[in-house]
Amino acid sequence: MIPAAFDYVRAGSVDEAVRVLGERGEDAKVLAGGQSLIPLLRLRLSYPEVVVDVGRVEEMHGVREDGEHLVIGAMTTHAEVIDSDLVRTHCGLLSEATETVADPAVRHRGTFGGSLAHADPAGDLPAVALALDAEFVIAGSGGRRTVPAQGFFVDYLQTAVGADEVLVEVRLPKLGAGWGHRYEKFHRVAQSWAIVGVAAVVHRSNGSIDQARIGLTNMGPTPLRASAVEQALSGADVSGIGAAAEHAADDTSPASDLGGAADYRQHLARVLTRRAVSAAAGG
Amino acid sequence: MTETVERPLARENSVGQPLRRKEDARLVTGRTNWTDNIVLPGMLHMAVLRSPMAHARITRIDVSGALQRPGVVAAYSAADLGDANGSIPCVWPVTDDMVSPPHPCLAIDEVRYVGDAVAVVIAADRYAAADALEAIDVDYEPLPAVVEMPAALAEGSPLVHSESGTNKCYTWEFGGGDYEAAKAKADRVFTRHYVNQRLIPMAMEPRAVVANPTGPDGEITLWSATQIPHVLRVLLALVTGIPENKIRVIAPDVGGGFGSKLQLYREEVLAVVIANRLGRPLKWTESRSENAQVTHHGRDQLQEIELAVTNEGKILGLRVDLTANMGAYLHIITPGVPLLGAFMFNSIYKMEALSFTCTGVFTNTTPTDAYRGAGRPEATFAIERIMDDLAAELGVDPLELRRRNWITHEEFPYTTIAGLEYDSGNYEAATARAVELFDYDGLRAEQKARRERKDPVQLGIGVSTFTEMCGLAPSRVLGSLKYVAGGWEHATVRILPTGVVEVVTGTSPHGQGHVTAWSQIAADALGVDPSAVQVIHGDTGTSPYGMDSYGSRSLVVGGVALVQAAERVVEKAKVIAAHLLEADAADLEYKDGAFNVKGSPGSSKTIQEVAFEAFTAHNLPDGVEPTLQANSTLDPSTFSFPHGTHLCAVDIDTETGMTKIRTYVCVDDIGKVINPMIVEGQVHGGLAQGIAQALFEEAVYDDAGNLVTGSLVDYLVPAAPDLPHFTTDRTETPSTTNPLGVKGVGEAGTIASTPAVVNAVVDALRPFGVDDVRMACTPERVWRAINDAGSKGGDRAAEGTVAYGGATTESTAGGQGDGIEKTGGQA
Repeated sequence: MIPAAFDYVRAGSVDEAVRVLGERGEDAKVLAGGQSLIPLLRLRLSYPEVVVDVGRVEEMHGVREDGEHLVIGAMTTHAEVIDSDLVRTHCGLLSEATETVADPAVRHRGTFGGSLAHADPAGDLPAVALALDAEFVIAGSGGRRTVPAQGFFVDYLQTAVGADEVLVEVRLPKLGAGWGHRYEKFHRVAQSWAIVGVAAVVHRSNGSIDQARIGLTNMGPTPLRASAVEQALSGADVSGIGAAAEHAADDTSPASDLGGAADYRQHLARVLTRRAVSAAAGG
Repeated sequence: MTETVERPLARENSVGQPLRRKEDARLVTGRTNWTDNIVLPGMLHMAVLRSPMAHARITRIDVSGALQRPGVVAAYSAADLGDANGSIPCVWPVTDDMVSPPHPCLAIDEVRYVGDAVAVVIAADRYAAADALEAIDVDYEPLPAVVEMPAALAEGSPLVHSESGTNKCYTWEFGGGDYEAAKAKADRVFTRHYVNQRLIPMAMEPRAVVANPTGPDGEITLWSATQIPHVLRVLLALVTGIPENKIRVIAPDVGGGFGSKLQLYREEVLAVVIANRLGRPLKWTESRSENAQVTHHGRDQLQEIELAVTNEGKILGLRVDLTANMGAYLHIITPGVPLLGAFMFNSIYKMEALSFTCTGVFTNTTPTDAYRGAGRPEATFAIERIMDDLAAELGVDPLELRRRNWITHEEFPYTTIAGLEYDSGNYEAATARAVELFDYDGLRAEQKARRERKDPVQLGIGVSTFTEMCGLAPSRVLGSLKYVAGGWEHATVRILPTGVVEVVTGTSPHGQGHVTAWSQIAADALGVDPSAVQVIHGDTGTSPYGMDSYGSRSLVVGGVALVQAAERVVEKAKVIAAHLLEADAADLEYKDGAFNVKGSPGSSKTIQEVAFEAFTAHNLPDGVEPTLQANSTLDPSTFSFPHGTHLCAVDIDTETGMTKIRTYVCVDDIGKVINPMIVEGQVHGGLAQGIAQALFEEAVYDDAGNLVTGSLVDYLVPAAPDLPHFTTDRTETPSTTNPLGVKGVGEAGTIASTPAVVNAVVDALRPFGVDDVRMACTPERVWRAINDAGSKGGDRAAEGTVAYGGATTESTAGGQGDGIEKTGGQA
């Protein structure tokens, strides 16, 4: 399979990438690790006139601390995320979920930011970003802006990143003592996409749950927060998890496809949410 | 003479040793010779425009736009090729009245499945060729498509080939004994309906061809990723009209076939015809999407199976009524594949009567043909599924039910109700060993406990006691089944002047390790080291005779031919050695590569010394021709009948439907073994593919005839992390019908494992009232079966799972069609 012809620009900096995107607008695509864009190009499902490669932009790489946040450059590969002690210490959910992404080859090419900006609802990391309350730093011709997770995923394969903008980095609040986490990924073979995934972080204090954030993978055109479950969990003890998880499919609209029909996905969401929250609350 | 021919003091037998594969160092370090690696001076590239519709009339086609594109040298539709647009023949017309429609390389006026070839572009590079496809103008007038077999057979169905007046390809009947009489005597008649789903072979290496028309004296050479260079040469000559002696076919390194490269494909014919027309070398390499879509598919049968039994579970008779999906056209042996299973439904069981009917059906789908096991996995699945279901119905342990019916080891040779004489076997021994390794009783006890405590994770145990017929095949039997070729195999053994050995085989390995195994066989037959043996194969220029590799035939036919040729070499050498030693040939013994005069130590000639004498020919006995070589063309007297017992235990999460194989034990009996490591590899790979059919793989079409599982995103091929540890063992009951005592192993694992796994899944779910789950037993199907026992899991939603996974990927054409566009992506 061979892509249609396109121009290629290797951006040396965020500013350069933004400038080219500003000039070419809708005709341009940003290339990160290429694990989604390249298949789309090869299958001729996408026809950009120019591909702007941000893979060599230094400031978009790596994990660093910034006070109560971790900052992960958009071009940090999945493998680098998995290997990061900072991520494991402060955002263990991300380490756990990233280990389930595809296969080793993809994890060494694919990037954290690319996966989020592609915004495939079947991808693992968008739901994780929701559960972690991530903030997205986006650069455009007018400078940089920060978008909260709840406002980032707009629609199927659409985010708050404009055609002339680049996702530069993602800020994750550190999770301290008392937080537990679990990513429950349901898929048929190791390297396949999630049929449904549940990303949960739970904070316990004095035996009961006082905070829970739950992201759902593949339960609609965008990743979703299971808000009804989160509310039902607030103040509950572990015996209330089962009842709370029954709300996991509320307000979801999953696809019916080869992975499963919508009713099956909604059933899975309830079962997996119960399991994810139970594990997170026990941890 | 060189040092390399120094005689070893004594040699151990090489056969039976786990010799490392000679092929592997080269293959795993990338020093390979795949067809797609071949680059020739002036080589052009071909791209194929394919139908985006399952059924349509082509009202207009104009390739002239493509000719305007940069780098394009030529473009052809069917009309442009005219008489050169050959038709792919079916070489197995199973009945006299079989419907065998034309199968032109480029569709003429009508397309009949998504992917049907419509036009080709020839360009200076493959990028230019692919880009120019979008400049070809085709107007399609949609016609109604039919995808499912029952719909295709229904009155008033749209016709795949309207000129035929029917979608029925053939009805083939076969049997033994009087089924109605057996049924009349029976206490019970037990009928089941199973679906053997469509599979995509998915060899690791996609197909590729390079045609070079610039050979000496007008010879054209075709390199192809094929299993069958010899058969291909004959077929190319017949289809193109090019004299056979002007065609050379080479199968270089070939990365798996599983039957999918046992074929004459349109692109092979087109490459030869167009390269000849343009006078320049031409390459075509398939994309993975094309591989999924147009390389032939496998299986796809609806199976009605009925057992007439006594209350004790003794089988009196078996009736089978198959409906087999041919797809849109007949490929070379499409209609014959189900017939290969006809003889195997009775499997290892004794009975009085067998009634078999198969109806072949055309649909607007990719043509089907041989896929690992070809007919026999389907048969084994149906009989082994119904044996477990019958055991449940009768309340008998499934192993006990089999014991009451199987042929006991004292009864061999045994002529089955299908008329085959099984030469040897010991089902009791293989089963006893499997039961021991599996801890059958322990697992049954755990199953009982889990059922009693209503554990959300239920345990299921599945049984498969299989046999199969392989080693294709006695030519006279093939003739009686109306197959138009034979089943013999050819071998040549040469000792070259410097004493090294050349083995030429007509089999055509594509991953199996023949080079190693053949070296071991020749080494023992000649008394030399396996490293001194060179195996030549896969090139009609250097191995002119052969019937190639499929149907677990290479060893039991080709290996035996090799032994025979080697024995002839030794016979000839003995005459020469006797002359040189001034002894009577009858007084010579041949051991460890040398002829010795009995009772006269020190008086000997090595076979290498003899070979040199045969080369110089200065001192040969009268009437002996120079050179030391011999041929053998061997037609097997019968099939080979490996067997085995496979036991599978699964854990099923009843909340989600997820099935995990927890224990898999197989004890196979393939007779004598040449290389146990290669055998182990064959068994593991076979198990992976059989388990894949049970749990993972399924080709799904939507109602319009789009292949929804058109990529590896949605056609789930399991990899190592998805498969359990395999506990494998063997019993060894040598075949009595060949001198090596060997039986085929290439397909055994695939044939046996599918029913073992599905039986385990159904066994786990019997407390829920479930008696069947359709393959692939996806978590969703299992969950639905649990919640609605009669549903068998139901149909899957025919939509791809991700943007680039599904039916929208069907076309390799340019076309800006239904592209996915979004903004703000960074992927």
